[in-house]
Amino acid sequence: MIYRESGQYKTSYINDSQIFPIKQDRYAVLAFIAFAFLAVPFIATPYFFSAILIPFLIFSLAALGLNILTGYAGQISLGTAAFMAVGAFAAYNFMLRVPGMPILLAFILGGVCASMVGILFGLPSLRIRGFYLAASTLATQFFVVWCLTKVPWFTNYSSSGVITAQEVKILGFHFNTPEEKYLLVLAIVCVMALLAKNMVRSTVGRSWMAVRDMDVAAEVIGFRIMRTKLTAFAVSSFYCGVAGALFAYCYVGTVEPEAYNLDLSFRILFMVIIGGLGSILGSFLGAGFIVLLPIVLSYIVHVTGLPNSVTSNVELMVFGALIIFFLIVEPHGLARLWQVAKEKLRLWPFPH
Amino acid sequence: MQFFFEVLIAGLLSGVMYALVALGFVLIFKASGVFNFAQGAMVFFAALTTVGLKEEFGLSLWAAIPITMVVMVLLGIATERIVLRPLVNQHDITLFMATIGLTFFIEGFAQLVWGSTVRKLDLPIQDVPIEFVMERTGMLISQFDVIAAIICAILVAALAILFNKTKVGRALRAVADDHQAALSVGIPLQHVWAIVWAVAGFVALVAGLLWGARNGVQFALIFVALKALPVLILGGFTSVPGAIVGGLIIGASEKLAEVYIGPYVGGGIEGWFPYVLALVFLLIRPEGLFGEKIIRRI
Repeated sequence: MIYRESGQYKTSYINDSQIFPIKQDRYAVLAFIAFAFLAVPFIATPYFFSAILIPFLIFSLAALGLNILTGYAGQISLGTAAFMAVGAFAAYNFMLRVPGMPILLAFILGGVCASMVGILFGLPSLRIRGFYLAASTLATQFFVVWCLTKVPWFTNYSSSGVITAQEVKILGFHFNTPEEKYLLVLAIVCVMALLAKNMVRSTVGRSWMAVRDMDVAAEVIGFRIMRTKLTAFAVSSFYCGVAGALFAYCYVGTVEPEAYNLDLSFRILFMVIIGGLGSILGSFLGAGFIVLLPIVLSYIVHVTGLPNSVTSNVELMVFGALIIFFLIVEPHGLARLWQVAKEKLRLWPFPH
Repeated sequence: MQFFFEVLIAGLLSGVMYALVALGFVLIFKASGVFNFAQGAMVFFAALTTVGLKEEFGLSLWAAIPITMVVMVLLGIATERIVLRPLVNQHDITLFMATIGLTFFIEGFAQLVWGSTVRKLDLPIQDVPIEFVMERTGMLISQFDVIAAIICAILVAALAILFNKTKVGRALRAVADDHQAALSVGIPLQHVWAIVWAVAGFVALVAGLLWGARNGVQFALIFVALKALPVLILGGFTSVPGAIVGGLIIGASEKLAEVYIGPYVGGGIEGWFPYVLALVFLLIRPEGLFGEKIIRRI
């Protein structure tokens, strides 16, 4: 009834190529963003910010990065956490060693460093594909974490390897409370999501998709495979790098190699798969699902009053079972469910 | 020079253990095209179940092993029925993700049933140096490793016979070649998959027993299984001999690298060296040592 596009004529190219061609979508998204910026800071509690909203946004960004690589360019990666680690450590070292470095620039440079590492480890993708590539991206994961642990320069010769991240300060304004950090992360994520959305609609994104669907065919019709694959690795790692820096500075508050382990890589891969491969919205839905699931599960188990050792194992089991369940029910992820719901809504209440 | 050989042989023998885990991956990949990430968890589960049965129920080892075998077969059949059957014809990566989900499930289940303490598994094989080798050459070579290698050889021979000489083996190879063609000539795809998962469970049991006796039965066994991945990419996903040769190369090279390169860069390179080695190797031969040649058409 309400959600219907009839009467919305697109009379110019600008109208035709909008991100959200339907008016209701456009307003809904704007309202949602306005709500996130203006209303949420007044409603939410500090716990809600630091345990749910901030990790949700940061993981969304990382999932977005991985989705660019896996969902759009078709290259499976199990080394996401490594790129995040590079971003975090690069940002830390820029802040530490360059006097007067603005933190936003440090985040961006962290992303750039991550994308350079991404290009380096993306080189094998020119020769190998599929599971061979997935297994070899594990090399990134183990090598980078080992390197950050073993080379003391990266951790500024700290004896424990755990460093407190510097204060987040932009133009003299200190971001101390969870609420302020939330707004900072939200702003960064919004800008980067918009960029990503536009990127996947442009030449770059279309060439990624061509390579994903069939790389030999894409090469035949004139896409440069090397450039396409390496830009995918570079852009994806940039997003992951920035997410890693935000993870260190705005979420955990420390920079340590151990936080970026294989487990984190898998978590982000889950977000992408459950959310929906090749969908920007899917990255957010997947991140929300994976961030909320353990919280909800531990709450449920807590209510039923089981001992702690049982709790963590039951959590693992339910987590695994839910992943399998989701894959069976909807292999295209939550984004696809959302799309189906919208289709239904367009016809509602007269589906014939 | 003697030290070099000692390290080399120790490396080769530990490579055999990697090969055992890799073998489970290869079996399933060959027959169903599924990259079974849960193999490591299955190794852990098998070892833990054996030890658990032995300690909690006071069974002897020889009673515990067949019961575990039955459990592993049931697990294989259940996996086929519950996880894989609804996912037939899905994208490879979806199946891969499903096995990661399965990994979590098995990890949780195993520890829920048997607890998460480190347990000791005693096999009737001593982990002591073989005396006559020590007397002749002065090298310390563990009896345990040698017996593990022999068990591995027997297992590979048995699998080779199963694959090449029996009716089931022919069905397996047919399914591996082409699911649809196999179905259309009347091979029961689902039975074949259940068999493969059961065999992979058996291989996981053998690997779990050997690894468990060596390192203690603990959660870390799952990470040992990750080492099977470079073995796989080195040897090729679809080749049983590849898994063995890959295992030997990875085992030997990582030990040698740790001993001879490790001290210069701060040690601990065992963790990533196999992956980088496999990666470099793939640049030269993208399908691994023995993998099927990848032919790509439009």
